[in-house]
Parts: sequence; C-alpha cells; structure tokens
Amino acid sequence: MSPRLVRALVNGLLLGGAAVAVFPLLWMLSVSLMAPAESAALPTPLLPSHATLDNYRTLFLRAGMAHYLLNSLLVSGSITALSLLFNLMAGYAFAKLRFAGSRQLFRSLLGALVIPAQVAMLPLFLLLKSFGLVDTYAGVILPAMTTVFGIYLVRQYARGIPDELLEAARLDGAGELYIFVRIVLPLLKPIMVTLAIFTFLTAWNDFMWPLIVLTGQNHYTLPLGLASLAREHAQDTELMMAGSVVTVLPVLVLFLALQRHYLQGLMLGSVKG
Amino acid sequence: MNPTRTAWLFLAPALTVLGVFFLLPVIAALGLSFTDYDLYALADVRNLRFVALANYWSLLQRPLFWAALGHTVYFVAVGVPLSMATSLGAALLLNSPLARWHGFFRTALFAPVVTTVVAMAVVWRYLFNSKYGVINTVLGHFGIHPVDWLGDPHWAMPTIILFAVWKNFGYNMIIFLAGLQAIPPALYEAARIDGASSWRQFRHITLPMLRPTLVMVAVLTVSGYFQLFAEPYVMTEGGPLQSTMSVLYLMYDEGFEWWNFGSASTVAFLLFLVMFAVTSTMLRLVRRGDET
Repeated sequence: MSPRLVRALVNGLLLGGAAVAVFPLLWMLSVSLMAPAESAALPTPLLPSHATLDNYRTLFLRAGMAHYLLNSLLVSGSITALSLLFNLMAGYAFAKLRFAGSRQLFRSLLGALVIPAQVAMLPLFLLLKSFGLVDTYAGVILPAMTTVFGIYLVRQYARGIPDELLEAARLDGAGELYIFVRIVLPLLKPIMVTLAIFTFLTAWNDFMWPLIVLTGQNHYTLPLGLASLAREHAQDTELMMAGSVVTVLPVLVLFLALQRHYLQGLMLGSVKG
Repeated sequence: MNPTRTAWLFLAPALTVLGVFFLLPVIAALGLSFTDYDLYALADVRNLRFVALANYWSLLQRPLFWAALGHTVYFVAVGVPLSMATSLGAALLLNSPLARWHGFFRTALFAPVVTTVVAMAVVWRYLFNSKYGVINTVLGHFGIHPVDWLGDPHWAMPTIILFAVWKNFGYNMIIFLAGLQAIPPALYEAARIDGASSWRQFRHITLPMLRPTLVMVAVLTVSGYFQLFAEPYVMTEGGPLQSTMSVLYLMYDEGFEWWNFGSASTVAFLLFLVMFAVTSTMLRLVRRGDET
C-alpha cells in the first residue's frame, strides 16, 4: 500500500470513529430543539425545522428539572469537597508519615477493591434507615466521602515529595497541621484538580445507590429525575432529549474545560500501578 | 506529637468512613445472607430467623437466578472482548504517526465516557426505536428490514452491549494509549531495519510490550461489566421476557421491590464469588502463560 493510502485510511477510520462517538450527543441536542412529536416522522428528521426552547421551558417550569439540577450540584459538590479532604489526608499519611503496619494497612485497602460496592448496599440501607438518613442528601453523601482509589492516587503522587523538605520544616518547629496545609497541599495541587474532576463526574453520573437511598422525588438527582420522567413520558422524545442534555451538558463542559488534568490522572492511576 | 499518633489522626476520617459505610456493611451482608430478613423483619426485628444456607440453596434452584447469571455472563463474554478490541484499535490509530488532528480525535472519542449512563441510555432508546429510530432508517437505505432492537428478546442484550461499548471504549483507549507511548521507538526502528512488516511489528513488539496493560485492563473491565445495572434498568426494565435481567438487577428487585434482604444479600454474595472466581482464574492463566 502506498503511504498516501495508509494515511487516508488511518485518518478516515479516526474520522468515522469520532463521528460514531459524537453522533448520539449531537442528535440528542438537535432533537431537544424540535417541537413536540416532530421527531416521530418518516423519514427521520435530523434537524429541527424551527428550533425552539419550549422543551427546556416545560422541563424547568413543570417537570421539576431545576430542583433536580440543584440537588445534583449540592450532592456532587459536597461529595467532591469532603472526599477530596479525606483522601488527601489519608493518601499523604500513607505516603509520608511512618507508622507500624502502614504498608499492610494500605495493601488490605487495595485488596478490598475486589469487593463490589453493591455487596454493601443492602445493610448500608438498613444502617442509614436506623440513623433516619434514608431519603436525605446525607444518605447519598456520607458513603461517598472516601474512596480507596482516591487515597491510592494521592499516595502515588505524594511519594514524590522529598522527605528533607518535611524534616527541615519539623526541625524549624512547624506543627504537623501547618506542614500539611502550607507545604504539602500546595505541592499536591495538580493531583487535587485531577481527583476533584474525577470525583465530581463520578458523583454526578452515579445512579444505583442514589436510586436506592432516595425514596422520594424531593431529593432526586438529575439521573434519577430523568429515569423517572423517562418512565412517565416515554412517548415525549423531544422532552426526554432536552432532559438528557440538561443532565449531560454540565459534566461534558467540565470535561472539555479541564480534560488535560482528567486524562493525566487516568494515566497516573492506571499505568504506574 | 509522636509520628504514629499524627499518622493515625490523618487517617482517622477516611478509615472511619470506609469502616462504617463499607467494611461493616459488607460483613453484615454476609450475616444477612444467612437469615430470612424480609418485610416482617424490617417492621419488627424479632421476626428475624437464622436459616443457615437455605437462601443459597433456594437461589441455586431458582431458574430466574440462573437466567440472570446467564445474561450477565453473556454481556461480559461478548462485551469485554468487543470493548477492548475497539479501545485497542482506536488507541493504535491515535498513536499512529500518520494521524492528524490528534487532540480533536482523542477528545471526540473520549467524550462518551464522561456522559451520564442514564441520559445516554434514554437517547439510545430512541436511536434504536423500531419505527422512527435513526438506526433502522439508516439500515433501511441498505435494504435491511426494521429490527425491533429493544423489544425483541434476541436483540435486546446485543443492543445493550453495543451501547456499553460505545459508552466505555474511550476509557481503556486512553490507558492503552499511555501503554503504547511507553514502548521505546528504538524497538520499532530495529524491526524496520530488519524489514519486519507492520503486522509482525504489532505481533512481536506491540502486543508483548502491552501485555501487562492488557491484563490489567481485562481484569478491571470484566469486574466492571459484571456490575451491569443502569443500562437495562433504563433501556428495557430487564425485559423483554426478562432477557436483560442482570444479577444486580435481580438483587435490586429482590431487595428494594420485594424487601427480601436475606435472599438479596445472597444474590450479592454469589455475584461477588463469581466475579472473584473469574478474575482470579484469568490472572492464574496469565501467570501460567508467563512461566512457559
């Protein structure tokens, strides 16, 4: 094969692949701007004849979408802030503070990763029920406040901090909290950004546990609200596409803005392991 | 302050959360699976009885459990190789020196990964609609008759597999890309001087160098795919004719529709055992392959 042909083939395949990957997203956006029932026609229309925001208006004014959006922001934001703090502290301790049994403890945490999270869900529901936390924001937030993956990621990164730096600060009489806040955290900033995006996306997209613990619509996050709307309004294609846009757009924009950090973290978490 | 105490203070919040909200429930789940915990026990815990292995025994005799396990294994056995092949193919294309607009293609191919499963499953339902769906319209141009993708028990699971591949391949693509970039270019140069074809370079340099990454990705993807739930919940509600009922869907149904926590915990534990057996067998086979 001539090099020219190979070049055309490689780029043609990439273009085709990218088209398949992005098409459902563009189609969702396009149909969300159609008038009700416009998409249910043959041949299937790809673009709205007159673009309208009516579906979005219906969602926000009558279907409670604004409420679900706020719930999602509140829940995902709290999970991100809290789990970032706890994972940073623990990851730093495993990487830089010496104590008996450190390595064994860390290894058993990694070992626990083989247990799928769903095994814990039934008793967790009973536990939270006994605390009166079923159908509350806390019911979603509390179990997500720490992840073994997050601790692992921070530890890998924090191992690169030179011990001399910390020892010098200790000799100068600095307290441990001061060292953590003033010396360690600034050095961990890149991994903080990565972990924050990761955690936020995971929390935003999470479905099974919120579905279990949120029994009433009041605290529904966007995926739950959308799934329940989809069961009620199965025929309203255009409305459902608008709902999907509202659910997906925030995380997609966040990813596009910060993708460098996100993809770096993905490689750090996998390859160095 | 002594160093050990400092360390434990820094670890305390994380370990407390993991202990109370994960470790403790996992142990409790094992306990629950030996009881008949149900709606009556939920109302008054004095109705709770210890039943030893009765849940396991009756579950292993229930056709629905085997059906759910069969569907899940089908999803894993077809979905994982298809996902990984797509990821590897995309990574090889992206890594090719001939590829242009590198950043754009990478972003476009990765985009499905960050989307919300539930939202995209809703979109997929309409794309694969038997009457007005885009997919059937396109196939119609090639003279293919409309397929009832999500309404036909034979097609529902393949449609869900296609969705999962579309949604997930970008993740492993990035990991493979990192693995490919770590292979020293000198190896390829030497092979080229020896006159090795691209296929032989792939077979004798790329695949062996990528082997540790392939193994890790395979194990992680298998465990991930065993946890199938949101896709059938949104796209098919486990139907048609329960053809997309997965093990986790069965656990959810038993637990949170029928409040049979005892037998639902048993389902969860059996899934864990199956996952553990499959992934550890995979690792053992790889290790045996390394020795010979």
